[in-house]
Amino acid sequence: MSEEVLAILMMWTFIFIYSIFGSIDFGAGFWAMIYNNHRTMAGRIANRFLSPTWEITNTFLVLLVVAFVGFFPKGAYTLGTVMLVPVSLILFLLAIRSAFMVFSYSVQGYRRTMFIISGISGLLIPSLLIAVLPISQGGFISVDGDTQSLLLGKLFTSPTLYLYVLFGLTSELYLSSLFLADYARVSNREEAYRLYRSNAILLGPLTLLSALFTLLFMPPESRWLIDNLMDQKIWFILSLLAFLVAYASIWWPKQNRPGIGRPRFTLLATVFQYGLASIGYGLAHLPYIVFPELTIYEAFTAKETFYSLMIMYIVGLAILAPGFYIFWRLFLKDKRYLQQD
Amino acid sequence: MDTVVLARAFFGTSLGFHIIFATLGVGIPLMIVIAEIIHQVKGDNDYAIMAKRWTKAFAVLLGVAIPSGTIVGVQLSLLWPGFMEIVGKVISLPFQIEIFAFFLEALFMSIYVYAADRLPRYFRLISVFFVALGAVASAILISAVNTWMNTPAGFKIKPDGTIYDVNPWDAFFNPSFLSSSFHVAITAYMTGAFAVASVAAFKLLKKRSDRERAYHLKGLFMSLTVALVMSFVSAVSGHHSAQILHQHSPEKLAAAEGLFETQRYAPLAIGGYTDPKTEEVKYGIEIPWALSWLAAGRFDTEVKGLYEFPRETWPPFYVHTLFNLMVGIGTLLLGLAAVALTYWWFFVKKRGKPFPKWLLWSLVLSGPLSMLGIEFGWVFSCSGRQPWTIYRVQTTAEAATKNEDLGVLFLLFLFLYALLSVLTVLILTAYFKRNPVSKDMEKIQG
Repeated sequence: MSEEVLAILMMWTFIFIYSIFGSIDFGAGFWAMIYNNHRTMAGRIANRFLSPTWEITNTFLVLLVVAFVGFFPKGAYTLGTVMLVPVSLILFLLAIRSAFMVFSYSVQGYRRTMFIISGISGLLIPSLLIAVLPISQGGFISVDGDTQSLLLGKLFTSPTLYLYVLFGLTSELYLSSLFLADYARVSNREEAYRLYRSNAILLGPLTLLSALFTLLFMPPESRWLIDNLMDQKIWFILSLLAFLVAYASIWWPKQNRPGIGRPRFTLLATVFQYGLASIGYGLAHLPYIVFPELTIYEAFTAKETFYSLMIMYIVGLAILAPGFYIFWRLFLKDKRYLQQD
Repeated sequence: MDTVVLARAFFGTSLGFHIIFATLGVGIPLMIVIAEIIHQVKGDNDYAIMAKRWTKAFAVLLGVAIPSGTIVGVQLSLLWPGFMEIVGKVISLPFQIEIFAFFLEALFMSIYVYAADRLPRYFRLISVFFVALGAVASAILISAVNTWMNTPAGFKIKPDGTIYDVNPWDAFFNPSFLSSSFHVAITAYMTGAFAVASVAAFKLLKKRSDRERAYHLKGLFMSLTVALVMSFVSAVSGHHSAQILHQHSPEKLAAAEGLFETQRYAPLAIGGYTDPKTEEVKYGIEIPWALSWLAAGRFDTEVKGLYEFPRETWPPFYVHTLFNLMVGIGTLLLGLAAVALTYWWFFVKKRGKPFPKWLLWSLVLSGPLSMLGIEFGWVFSCSGRQPWTIYRVQTTAEAATKNEDLGVLFLLFLFLYALLSVLTVLILTAYFKRNPVSKDMEKIQG
C-alpha cells in the first residue's frame, strides 16, 4: 500500500467514526428538542447522553480538519478556498450550539433556548457537512486560471444536494434512534426505549430509499463515480445484507427476559452496515479528493511529515485510551449516572 | 477593503476574541489545581469553595473557548489556504498533537464537571490536573506553529515554491519555539491569576461579613502570590524572546524600537511614536546603550536598524507602540503585585488593617490590563512579522484566500462574537448572583 493510500484510509476511517458519533450527537440534540418534557423521559435521556459527550465529538470534528491539512495540504487549499461559505455557516451554528450547551448547564433559564438551538442546528449542521460529498464529486467548482470557486447557485438548485441531505438526515436520525434506544434500555427506561425503537422502525427503510434515490439521480458530472460504484457492487450488497439482519433484530426477543429487541446488537450491526457501504464508497472515490481537480497523489503531504504524523497518532491514541475508557465507564455504563431520578 | 486586508481583519478579530477565553482557559485551571492542593493539604474548606466556584466560571468560559477555538482552527484553512498548504507539509505535527491535548482536556473536564459526585477525592484532583495540563499543552503546541511562522525551520523551498527536505521535528523545535511558547504559557498563568485577583479585590471593596472577607482575602493573597511569580518569570522570558528577535528577526526588533540606523551602543526608546516622515521616534525617552545591552548583554552589541533591510519588508511603524504597551503593562503589573503583597505583609497580616481603596481599585484593573497586555503582545508578534506570513518564505498576500465573499461573513462573525460576549457576562453574573459565596459556605458547613 502506498503512503497516499494509507493516508486516505486513515482519513476515511476518521470521517467514518465522526459521521457515526456526529450523527448520534446531532441526532440526540434533535430528539432532546422533540421530546423535551415528554412523559417517557426520552428527551431527558438524550440530553443526559449529550451533556458530557458533545465536547468530545466536537474535538473529533477539529481532528478531521487537522488530519486533512496534515495528510493532504493541497486538499486543504482547494477545499478551504471553495468551502468558505458553507463551512463558515457550520462554524457559526456550531459556536452558538456549543455555547448554549454550556450556558444552559450553568443557568437553568437557558434550557428551553438551548433545546431549540441544539435541535434545529442538529439538522442544519449535518446537512451542511454532507454537502462536501456532492461537491467533491465534481461539477460545482469553477476554475478560472489560478482561482477556484464554488458555484453556489448551481449547488443549491441541484437535486443531488438535497438527496444527499435527505440521506444524511435520515441516517442521522436512524442511527441516533438506535443508539438512544440502547441507551434507554441500559438506563432501564422501557417506555423511552419503545419510543426510540418505533422511530428506528420508521426511519430504517427511509435511509435505504434515500440512498437509492441519491444514486439514481446523480448528475452527469458524477458519471465517473457511478461507474466506479458499480465496480464496488459487492460492498453494497454486503451492506444491504447487514441492514436486513440489523433491521430484523429490532424484533428479536430479549435475552432471558420478556421484552422485544436487542438494541445493542442492532446498533452495532447498523454501524457495521454503514462501515461496509463506506468502504465501497471510499474505494469508488479513489483516487480523487475533488473530481477532477485533485487526486490524493497531488494533494499528499511531505513523506517525512506523514510518517511522524502516523507515529504520533499511534502514541497519542495509546496515551488517551485509558481516558476514553474511564469516560465510557462513567457516562455510558455507570448505573448511578444512567438511572438517576 | 481589499481581500488581504479583510482576511487579516477577519482572522485578527477571531483570534483576538478567542485569545481572551483561551488565556483564561489556561490560567484558571492552574488556580483551581492550586486551590485543590491547598485544600487537601490544609483541610481549609474555603479553598474547596474557591475551586468549585472557579470551576463554574471556567466551565462557562470554556463554552466560548471551545467553539471560538474551533472557529480559529478551521478559519486558518478558509482564510489562509496558501499558508495552510505549507503548514500541512511542514508543521502539521504540533497541530495534530494539540488535538490530543484538546481531547485530554475535554475528557477530564466532562469527568470533573459531570462525575465529580461519583469520584473519590484524589481522582477529582487528578481530573483537574489533566484539564490544566491539556489546556497549557494546547497553548504551547499552537504557539509552536506561530513561532515557526516567525522563525521558520525544518524545510527547504525551491524558487517555484516546491517544498523539500522536510524535517517535522526541526520545524516544531524552531529557534523561537521554547522561549516564545514558554512566554505564552507563563503570561496566561499571570493573566489567570490577575483575573482572580481582580474579582477578589472587587469583592473586598464592599462591606462584608468577617467570614466572607476572610474568604476573599485568602483568594486575593493566593492569586497575588501566583501573579507575582508569573509576572517576574514572564518578564525574564520576555527579555529572552527579545534576544531571539535580535538574532532571528532583526527587522522586527528594529521596528519595535524605532531604530533606523544600524549601530553599536544603541539606545532604548521608551514611549513616543515612530514618525514615518522623519523616520525617528518622537517624544520618547531614550536610554543610551540600553538596547544593545538588552539585545545581547553587551553595550557594544551591534543592533541592526531598518535601513539595513529593503523598505518593502519593513514592518508597520505602529509596532513600536504595541511593543511599549506590552512591556509597559507587564512591568506595571509586576510592580503592582509586589506593592500589594508588601502591603499585605506589613499592614493586613501583621496589623489587621484592610487594604486601602486605591490599591483595591488598582487590583480590580489588573486582570483586564493583563489581558490587554496579551492582546498587544499577539498583535505585535503578528503585525511585526508583516509583510510576511511565514518570515521570508511566504507573504501575507500569497497566503490569503482569493475568495471575495469575506465581507458579509465578517459581519456575521462580528455579530456572533458580540452575542457570545454579552451572553458570557449575563450568564456569569446570573449564576453568581443566584449562588453567592455565602450559600456555598452554608452548604459545606451544613
